[in-house]
Amino acid sequence: MEEVPHDCPGVSSAQAGRGASCQGCPNQGICASGAGAAPDPAIEEIKERMKTVKHKILVLSGKGGVGKSTFSAHLAHGLAEDENTQVALLDIDICGPSIPKIMGLEGEQVHQSGSGWSPVFLEDNLGVMSVGFLLSSPDDAVIWRGPKKNGMIKQFLRDVDWGEVDYLIVDTPPGTSDEHLSAVQYLAAAHIDGAVIITTPQEVSLQDVRKEISFCHKVKLPIIGVVENMSSFTCPKCQESQIFPPTTGGAEVMCQDLKVPLLGKVPLDPRIGKSCDKGESFFAEVPDSPATLAYRSIIQRIQESCSLRQPKGENLVGS
Amino acid sequence: MEAAAEPGNLAGVRHIILVLSGKGGVGKSTISTELALALRHAGKKVGILDVDLCGPSIPRMLRVQGKAVHQCDSGWVPVFVDQEQSISLMSVGFLLEKPDEAVVWRGPKKNALIKQFVSDVAWGQLDYLVVDTPPGTSDEHMAVVDALRPYSPLGALVVTTPQAVSVGDVRRELTFCKKVGLRVIGVVENMSGFVCPHCAECTNIFSRGGGEELARHAGVPFLGSVPLDPELTRSLEEGRDFIQGFPESPAFPALSCIAQKILNEAPVGLC
Repeated sequence: MEEVPHDCPGVSSAQAGRGASCQGCPNQGICASGAGAAPDPAIEEIKERMKTVKHKILVLSGKGGVGKSTFSAHLAHGLAEDENTQVALLDIDICGPSIPKIMGLEGEQVHQSGSGWSPVFLEDNLGVMSVGFLLSSPDDAVIWRGPKKNGMIKQFLRDVDWGEVDYLIVDTPPGTSDEHLSAVQYLAAAHIDGAVIITTPQEVSLQDVRKEISFCHKVKLPIIGVVENMSSFTCPKCQESQIFPPTTGGAEVMCQDLKVPLLGKVPLDPRIGKSCDKGESFFAEVPDSPATLAYRSIIQRIQESCSLRQPKGENLVGS
Repeated sequence: MEAAAEPGNLAGVRHIILVLSGKGGVGKSTISTELALALRHAGKKVGILDVDLCGPSIPRMLRVQGKAVHQCDSGWVPVFVDQEQSISLMSVGFLLEKPDEAVVWRGPKKNALIKQFVSDVAWGQLDYLVVDTPPGTSDEHMAVVDALRPYSPLGALVVTTPQAVSVGDVRRELTFCKKVGLRVIGVVENMSGFVCPHCAECTNIFSRGGGEELARHAGVPFLGSVPLDPELTRSLEEGRDFIQGFPESPAFPALSCIAQKILNEAPVGLC
């Protein structure tokens, strides 16, 4: 399964199993039989599983290192502050699973039950799943090609028993590749509320984030809005500096140009990184920071957006 | 596409350096670009191969976004960044019809393009080829390491930021290097402190010390800490040569030092 010919036409293409490059591929028989073109049964299974999940939010960015996992974790913390709100946080960054550390759950293990895999619970109303929990050592590398990563994501969506959940937050790796396509395709029948897209102010980030927005349009994934992270830095001794200068107008101008909502801007605060490293909620550590206030306002806007979206039955997000 | 590597296209390349990180956004493209600029200032001919297909950052960092790639008999001609042709660049960024177009490819298609980038770009004579990668330990990394193996790369520069969340991912990248037999030239700690331009107070925005500790834990050299420098960020935004333009800026000494270590490690000609 690992050695797919490098000019593989794709398992669901008309040429699957029939192209010149298919000769000698171990999957040629399967593809030629048309099995690849049939819908994956997992999609229906995932739809069933997701019936108990009210709202599903993907946290995306074209760019790495802008704060997706930090944001996902704090969105989860913020929503779970109301003990009547059930929150689930799913980390589908297979190569760089940061969520266990940020949530203070490193070293925890996943257990099986009759109804599937049990997420790791930080609080009664906050459950977490990540490939990080399946690795035995912090040095273990997950060196997987696309198909194997996709299989893991399918299992996460199909086999984790989240129970009754108000919000499922899916943290993703940077890019527009296997993980993103798989998440959207496997959730195709289950209605995703939308994507929250994270950026930093500088053009180097925005140019990747525009691609991510383009990806969302391509796969018909609604965009709840954009968050500009690391917006400015206030030196503890004196005044504000722009460490990541918005040379092309930052997220504000990009959002105006592309007509997507700007949910808010979060300033740089060294205590955020420290909280993440310690696996603690920044909201609990520094409740009065401008960054905390910014986060809370953004979380509220996300909740409002979700409450406006009615699940549409068969009118679905997907490929 | 022909899978066997054309010995011709990389035959003139003296040293190949990969820039890796398990973590996104730590400054791989920044370090790749600044290393290339510093090596150029030391009189070397440098190529940059950008195999980040989803987020190709380097064309803009060198102010050549939007340029076209031409064909010649031996394959694709890389884009020259300057008139003297001392830095050349290949990136998927040049192959997109529109800059905001997303490359939404699964692994096999990415692998195919990366193989082409390695074998079908007519680099000519280069002292150094710097290969910038996306974050992770997946298709792109396996493809580029496999494709470059016959050319015995010098090794990998592994970039991290100081905080534990980065180091946590970069440890896995070091394991990847070991598993695929790629030598680690050393670890670079980027975004290592911010010196306020108004009052010189140093704030460790992304914590401190993680990179050095990681290098020690993994038994690989620590090449240095590069501080956060708004002048550096701005130069990259605007495609300006930071090494030439801002020798007084806080990031300059660290970047020059890293380049010097590469020059010492893998000299070319009389140094």
